[in-house]
Amino acid sequence: MKFTLSWLKDHLDTDATLVEITDKLTAIGLELEEVEDRTEDLAPFTVGYVVEAKQHPNADRLRVCIVDTGEGQIQVVCGAPNARTGMKGVFAPSGTTIPGNGMLLKPSNIRGEDSNGMLCSEREMGLSDEHDGIIELAEDAPVGAPFAQIMGLDDPVIDINVTPNKQDCLGVRGIARDLAAAGMGTLKPLDATPVEGSYDSPVDVELNFEAGYEAACSCFLGRHFRGLKNGPSPEWLRRRLTAIGLRPISALVDMTNFITYDLGRPLHVFDAGKVTAPIQARMATAGETFLALDGKDYELDGEITVIADQKAAEAIGGVMGGEASGCTDETTEMFLEAALFDAHRTAATGRRLGIESDARYRFERGVDPAMVRPGVEVATRMVLEMCGGETSHTVLAGTPDVPAKVVAFRPARVTELIGIDVDEEEQRKILSDLGFGIAGKSGNWQVTAPTWRTDIDGEADIVEEVARIAGFDRIVSTPLPRLSVTAKPALTLSQRRRPTAKRALAVRGMMECVTWSFMPRRFAELFGGGTEDMLLANPISSELDAMRPSMLGNLILAAGRNGDRGFDDVALFEVGPQFRDATPKGQDFVAAGLRRGRDNRRHWAETPRPVDAYDAKADALAVLEAIGAPTASIQIATEAPGWYHPVRSAVMRLGPKNVLAAFGEIHPRILDRMDVTGPMVAFEVFIDNAPLPKAKATRNRAELLVSDLPSVQRDFAFVVDEATTADSIVRAAKGADKAFIGDVNVFDIYAGKGIEDGKKSVAITARLAPKDATLTDPEIEAIAAKIVAAVAKATGAVLRG
Amino acid sequence: MTTEIETLQDELLAEVAGVADLAALEASRVAALGKKGRITAQMKGLGKMDPDQRREAGAALNKVKDVVAEAIEARRLGLHEVELEARLATEGIDVTLPVRQQPQGRIHPVSQVMDEIAAIFADMSFTIAEGPDIEDDFHNFTALNIPPEHPARQMQDTFYLPQREDGMPMVLRTHTSPVQIRTMQDTPPPHRIVVPGRTYRSDSDQTHTPMFHQIEGLVIDRDIHMGHLKGTLEAFCQAFFEVDNVRFRFRPSYFPFTEPSAEVDIGCSYEGGNLRIGEGDDWLEILGCGMVNPRVLENCGLDASEWQGFAWGMGIDRIAMLKYGIPDLRAFFDSDLRWLHHYGFVPLDVPTMSGGLSR
Repeated sequence: MKFTLSWLKDHLDTDATLVEITDKLTAIGLELEEVEDRTEDLAPFTVGYVVEAKQHPNADRLRVCIVDTGEGQIQVVCGAPNARTGMKGVFAPSGTTIPGNGMLLKPSNIRGEDSNGMLCSEREMGLSDEHDGIIELAEDAPVGAPFAQIMGLDDPVIDINVTPNKQDCLGVRGIARDLAAAGMGTLKPLDATPVEGSYDSPVDVELNFEAGYEAACSCFLGRHFRGLKNGPSPEWLRRRLTAIGLRPISALVDMTNFITYDLGRPLHVFDAGKVTAPIQARMATAGETFLALDGKDYELDGEITVIADQKAAEAIGGVMGGEASGCTDETTEMFLEAALFDAHRTAATGRRLGIESDARYRFERGVDPAMVRPGVEVATRMVLEMCGGETSHTVLAGTPDVPAKVVAFRPARVTELIGIDVDEEEQRKILSDLGFGIAGKSGNWQVTAPTWRTDIDGEADIVEEVARIAGFDRIVSTPLPRLSVTAKPALTLSQRRRPTAKRALAVRGMMECVTWSFMPRRFAELFGGGTEDMLLANPISSELDAMRPSMLGNLILAAGRNGDRGFDDVALFEVGPQFRDATPKGQDFVAAGLRRGRDNRRHWAETPRPVDAYDAKADALAVLEAIGAPTASIQIATEAPGWYHPVRSAVMRLGPKNVLAAFGEIHPRILDRMDVTGPMVAFEVFIDNAPLPKAKATRNRAELLVSDLPSVQRDFAFVVDEATTADSIVRAAKGADKAFIGDVNVFDIYAGKGIEDGKKSVAITARLAPKDATLTDPEIEAIAAKIVAAVAKATGAVLRG
Repeated sequence: MTTEIETLQDELLAEVAGVADLAALEASRVAALGKKGRITAQMKGLGKMDPDQRREAGAALNKVKDVVAEAIEARRLGLHEVELEARLATEGIDVTLPVRQQPQGRIHPVSQVMDEIAAIFADMSFTIAEGPDIEDDFHNFTALNIPPEHPARQMQDTFYLPQREDGMPMVLRTHTSPVQIRTMQDTPPPHRIVVPGRTYRSDSDQTHTPMFHQIEGLVIDRDIHMGHLKGTLEAFCQAFFEVDNVRFRFRPSYFPFTEPSAEVDIGCSYEGGNLRIGEGDDWLEILGCGMVNPRVLENCGLDASEWQGFAWGMGIDRIAMLKYGIPDLRAFFDSDLRWLHHYGFVPLDVPTMSGGLSR
């Protein structure tokens, strides 16, 4: 909301400085966005009189001008074609910075002639792009007077941010009222005394609504004018509108814009010669079309309120007028409309038609219902003043619904809610100054909200009014009481797993990414997503239109981007949400990561190797270990989702159903579709599937039972079918004699010469731990035999000869 | 002792002293003390002597044996040292070569800052609450006192998903505030929670991304007022920005879910392009807050005449940028290795209140 200082002072009698006013605006919740005060910028520029302009002796296009500045005569070399003897222009002395181009003027000598200043163009003054000549001022402009004052540029423009609940401050008068309440002066009375009409309006008004739609427009006040002379509005009005960024059009149109901003009361003017009386407010009919003032055609429907004459819709109620019946310079008869439109319907109409307008902005936030008639009276005065003519008696349909909202309010609530002391007397003054009515006895007030405060809803709103005017700077910082002497954990066990997973992966050399929760649909489909229910209705782009079913897609794209920058070896992970379905419960917390390229840079002492599925498996296990999942009980099953390589991937399960993780190479077809170079290996750990430890009464660990007797290692090489898994051999070996067999590890896999086709050799080493006495050779042999037998039984293995 | 034996000792000692290396020393040892050695040969001759002579010569020979053995051992140690020194001299390495690689990853600034926030608020008796990113219209708007036609819905550019079968519009949450509602609906008061999480708005430019992170706070009790809100935020900012003093400015503002509402500016200064939080004459807006609107309490089934409290929300990415001088929001979500390495945190730097939040 923009306005100028002088405009504010039309309503506010104040001695406060600009800075005091703008500081106070922010302090009471009318946050200052910007103040544009050109006074200081333009201070050096004054009205100069060109006493003499003669041809420069050494340059065809230059003139040597003697300028009377009011304080003496100064010689200026000027290149403008319109510089001539007897004109008045804008003079800038040496030492001035030119606002249009930031140039600092210095005394100079141009081709042999001294120049000690400049006569400025509009572009140089930063006023417009006009640079064909210098500015010509009126003949009666006083020599030496400040240019800013002559042009009305000394009126600072203030721009504030008005929150949706402060619709009363979408008019300058409302702002003035708030400032007056906050001690910045006195609110001047508004002259809205009725102007007597001299004839009956030839145009009558009607409200024509079917049952159920009456609220669309509850009141329509109109007034006819004749004998008008429309044309450009007076300079003061044009300046004000220009200052706040509006384009002056004609006196009648400018008047409506002015009152919209002055009183927050939108009005509309029809050319009475172009409408067929009577005028009515009604719902549009489906398919009705309308050419609005913005030059666009709109198709209306039965939920849109229009102002119509006997032939067609002439305005969309509360939103925009029509091209056909608009006022022009030729208008001599005018019909003024002030109506009350329903806020919600106006908002919905504006949204549906995509029309932003000052009227819509105000109506959808709530226009003061009591301002219909005063608005018309103020407008009437302006019209008669600017355009002459005469006015009719007003015509009215309906009555403005002016509810008296009464709120029970306990002044003590200010202290209880805000923690500041404001005594009843101060509270009473603040509320009265804001227009609230107060009744009731001390401690229990009945507060009546002013008609312009359509936002007031309950006691808390009254507390806010008192607090913001009294000042939030009175709030004293108070520590929250501690709930326990020492801090308790803020995270649940399940929440704690996420930072743990992140740090476990970062320790393994992976970089944590945060990628979008969405991804392109065509890629989401590759990961089992991209279904209709998971698409954004209004995506920001087609690259971000589907909720991600897996984080791997975005990580693959990230790897691709890094590859494009020349970084082919990547190790990326993300811990975050992915989406199964579009319900609040359809979201899982997952740790996912991928690696591409080599595991290390080239190095003098070690050869980097390409990453493989076992790296991804190790990453997944590292996360599971870190979050305390029972990794010893995990089963590996080759059932990874379709985005993994069919025979280089697996899931890690607990039991037959609970999948804790998937890992493997990414399916080459996926990379191909995504146009990213592979191979890549990846994993997904479904953090929340890992069971939480049972609550325990004590943190005691089980007793450590170990023997000091020496353990022994025994190696075995088995020949098995190629398809036999290492895991089945290890499990069989471990289970052969649980009392004595500890770790079992695979240390060699071999196929080729010396081994039958379709077979492979798997070498394991087992640690045999004694219990009560050192193991004797016969005992060791007996255990070894058990291992061989168990593995043979489980896998059909034979010892390699 | 006979002259013969004395001569033998002198000869053997001279030989030991004269050897050049351990192999020659071993040869000398065998020649002196071995089965066929000279001392052994002398010993064998003792049997032919009479008892007195034998006793005398035997003692003398034993002494020679000890002396020579001792000399050999001393010589062995000496030669060993020499050989070791010689070997070590050939074993030099280039100690400037780079070590074997142990690649170290990085923690994203958003995660690090979330951990910092958790540490601070844990110390103030808060717990962390969470909620879904895909929300229903009720929790994201209606329950927060933002009815369908409320102008506040136009303040936020909402991402919509297809509506639910029962007609409920589904959205990507535009703020973390719906978790206030879920918390108040699901658990009895009092409440003291913070809610970090992803939030979404249909906005994309230099300073806005369609996804960003927020942290929400909610305190509900019987006698909580706006002074507590100010105290909490001051304590948080002092701890988070790791400064002793923070200037604050509360400006009245408007949010449908709080009444009164305020926006909070934090004092700052810009020196030589560096932002310093806490001091200086400039203001920087960092968050919105207020006393929870009684309508919101009622929507969650709380008796607004008994319970009251405050809520606030601020951008995690934004405070991360402010604290760590990270210039561009969009880079947070680009996964550029160079950016992650530069602005990320080493994994063992876990923020704690005891050890400090950062180094």
